[in-house]
Amino acid sequence: ETPHCLVHTMEVEESSTHPTTALREFGCEQNLLSRPDGSASFVQGDTSVLAGVYGPAEVKVSKEIYDRATMEVLIQPKVGLPAILSLSAGHTRFSLFYLCPVSLLLSRRYKASLCVSVCLCVQGPQLLACSLNAACMALMDAGLPMRCLFCGVTCAIDPEGHIHTDPTAAQERESRAVMTFAIDSAERRVMMSSTKGSFSVSELQQCIAVSQRASGKIFQFYRDSVSRRYSKML
Amino acid sequence: MRETPLSNCERQFLLTAIKEKKRLDGRQTYDYRNIKITFGTQYGCCIVDLGKTSRVLAQVSCELVAPKENRPTEGILFFNLELSQMASPAFEPSRQSELLVKLNRQLERCLRNSKCIDTESLCVVSGAKVWQVRVDVHVLNHDGNIMDASSIAAITALCHFRRPDVCVQGEEVTVFTPEERDPVPLSIYHMPICVSFSFFEQGTYLLVDPCEREERVMDGLLVIAMNKHREMCSVQSSGGIMLLKEQVLRCSKIASVKVAEVTELINKALENDKKARYVFEFL
Repeated sequence: ETPHCLVHTMEVEESSTHPTTALREFGCEQNLLSRPDGSASFVQGDTSVLAGVYGPAEVKVSKEIYDRATMEVLIQPKVGLPAILSLSAGHTRFSLFYLCPVSLLLSRRYKASLCVSVCLCVQGPQLLACSLNAACMALMDAGLPMRCLFCGVTCAIDPEGHIHTDPTAAQERESRAVMTFAIDSAERRVMMSSTKGSFSVSELQQCIAVSQRASGKIFQFYRDSVSRRYSKML
Repeated sequence: MRETPLSNCERQFLLTAIKEKKRLDGRQTYDYRNIKITFGTQYGCCIVDLGKTSRVLAQVSCELVAPKENRPTEGILFFNLELSQMASPAFEPSRQSELLVKLNRQLERCLRNSKCIDTESLCVVSGAKVWQVRVDVHVLNHDGNIMDASSIAAITALCHFRRPDVCVQGEEVTVFTPEERDPVPLSIYHMPICVSFSFFEQGTYLLVDPCEREERVMDGLLVIAMNKHREMCSVQSSGGIMLLKEQVLRCSKIASVKVAEVTELINKALENDKKARYVFEFL
C-alpha cells in the first residue's frame, strides 16, 4: 500500500483588527511514512519537524501500567547523538511527554504502549511550537482516541512591549521574553506554558489572550488540511 | 516495541514468487526502486527516497577541532548512522544493535576507507586546527536496503555541503560567515556507492535492492561499494552463505551498471539544486 501524501499550505493574512496575531505560512503533510501508524511533517517558518506515532502496541511487562497506556517520547536531533539533547530539544521532549497524556485518552488503551518519535529536520526558532503541531497531526493520523487536539503558539515581547506572534529568529533574539503556549481545541485553555525572559503578569495575560486567538487559525488549518486530504480520498 | 512476525505462509509465498522470478512490487530481478534525491534549505542536507517507502536523511556539519596526534595535517571525518524508532518499531532507542554496528561499519568503510574525501584539504593550522566533518544519517522509514540509501544520501550530502571559508594570518584564524565570504565545497575525489544483493535458497536466486519483506526471508547479503570508474571500494558478505567466484564477479558487473546510473542521478540532482539556488539568490 502506498502512502497517501498531500501537502497543504496556507497563508494566514495579517488581519487589521488584531495585528498581533499574524502567523506566517505553514505547511503540513500527513501519512508520509509507511512504517509508523501515524506520521506528519509540519513546516512553520524556517523550522521543519517530522513526527511518527506507533501504537497501540504490545508493551514490555516491566513498563506495563494496568489502567492506561505507557507513553514514550523520542526526540532525534538532526546533528549529534539522540542521547545528548540540546536544551531546546530536551525541553521539547519533556513538554510532549507531559502534554500527550493530557490530550490522549490513555485509559482507553490500557496495557499498551504508545510511542511518539520526533525528528527535528530543520532546527529553527519556535522548535517547540512546531514539534507540538507535528505531534498532534501525527496522533490524529494514527487515529488514537483523544480528548482534544492541541497546538503550539509562540509569542515574543520586544523591548518596547509589543507582542509578536510567530516571531522570526531575529525577533526572538531581540525580544525581552519568549513564550510558548500549548492550547487545547475544545475550550482554548492553556495546557502548557514555557517562558523565557522577564515579563509582568498583565503581559503574560495579554500573551495568553493573543495566543488563544492565534490558535483558532491553527485549528482551522488542521481542519482544512484533514478535510482536504479525505475529500481527495473519497 | 516488537516487530510483527512474518508468518510462515507469507514466507512461503515470497520464496515461491522469487523462484518464479516475480517480486512483490512488480520489479524485475535486477531492477532498482526509483531513487528520489531532494535537498533541504541548508547546505549538506539531503533526503533520499527509495521507491515510495524507504527514506533516509543525511546532514553534514563541521567544526574546528584539534587534529589527532598521529595525523597532525589531516581533517577528521565522522560518520554516525541512527536507526530511530520512527523507521521501524523493531529499532530500540539508545541501544547498539548488531544491525546498527554493521551499517555504521559499512558506511565508514565505504566513505572513509575509500579515501574519497581529501582530508588534507581540511587542515587549517597543522597540528593545531583542522575541520571535523560530521555526517549524520537518519533512517526515517525502513523498507529494506538501508545501506544503499544511506550511502547515496551520505555522499550526496557531502557533495552538497559547503564549509565556511577560513583565513590564517600568523597565529590567528578567522572563520568567515556565509555573508562575508561564500562557503567552499569539500574536495571529493570520487563517489563510492553501495549496491546490495540478496541471495535466496543458498545463493541460487539473486535480487538487487531487496525490500524489507525480501530482506526478512533472504539467506545472505552481499554489499559492494564501487565508484563510477568501476573501482571497488569495499565488499561485504553477511548471512553466512558460500558464494562462488563467478557469482561475486557477476554481482560486481551488475553493481558497476547500477553505480553509473546512480552517479548520473546524483550529479543531475546536484546540478538542479545549484540552478535553483542561483535563481533564488537573484530573485
